[in-house]
Amino acid sequence: MNKILFFAHLKDAVGEESIRIDLAGKTVAEVKEFLAKEYQLQKLDTAMTAVNEEFAGDDEVIHPGDEIAFIPPVSGG
Amino acid sequence: MNYYEISKEPIDIQAIIDKVVQRDAGAITTFIGTVRELTKGKKTLFLIYEAYESMAVKKLAQIGQEIEEKWPNSKVAITHRVGKLDITDIAVVIAVSTPHRADAYEANRYAIERIKEIVPIWKKEHWEDGEEWIGDQLEKVAYPTGKPEGADLHE
Repeated sequence: MNKILFFAHLKDAVGEESIRIDLAGKTVAEVKEFLAKEYQLQKLDTAMTAVNEEFAGDDEVIHPGDEIAFIPPVSGG
Repeated sequence: MNYYEISKEPIDIQAIIDKVVQRDAGAITTFIGTVRELTKGKKTLFLIYEAYESMAVKKLAQIGQEIEEKWPNSKVAITHRVGKLDITDIAVVIAVSTPHRADAYEANRYAIERIKEIVPIWKKEHWEDGEEWIGDQLEKVAYPTGKPEGADLHE
């Protein structure tokens, strides 16, 4: 099982801070494609992905228990 | 001591400065980021800051480590606020101490620019006629490697 976290406009679009779903074996790119379709997310392709709190590339494969977060362009400071 | 923090409470500036006091230092610079009322002529009523807190703390620490590698004998402390902030409230405090003053200015500037690249914190601006999550202030996305690619130290 995996925990998926959404922030900022993505959280508003999904309507949840996080969801639990099994994504093991999928790549980050596949996860993005799946969620974009499932939740009608238009801006997911501009978001970075973090796996276990570290930025991850599109080719990274998800393992059981990984925490995945989508990071829209940041605006701290 | 926690040198890198996300705070739900107002930031005590002096407490951040105190963290970087060291006998080797000849200078401490502080950057205090505050909530501006007007952005491109549009009036902001208040802001909401949100963070992916556990990762944000790690990324702040990464920035501190980068600075300590680039500017030897430097010491860094950063606290970023989250929650609802009113106009003039303090959003971020960065303190850097170094043996010589030029490095303290440069390293502090580096810290705020890196925050705007890699630290998962977002602000939502609320206006009289609406609200919006603000993103991509630097007009580019963060780097997957988390590493700087050239000097992007302009706003």
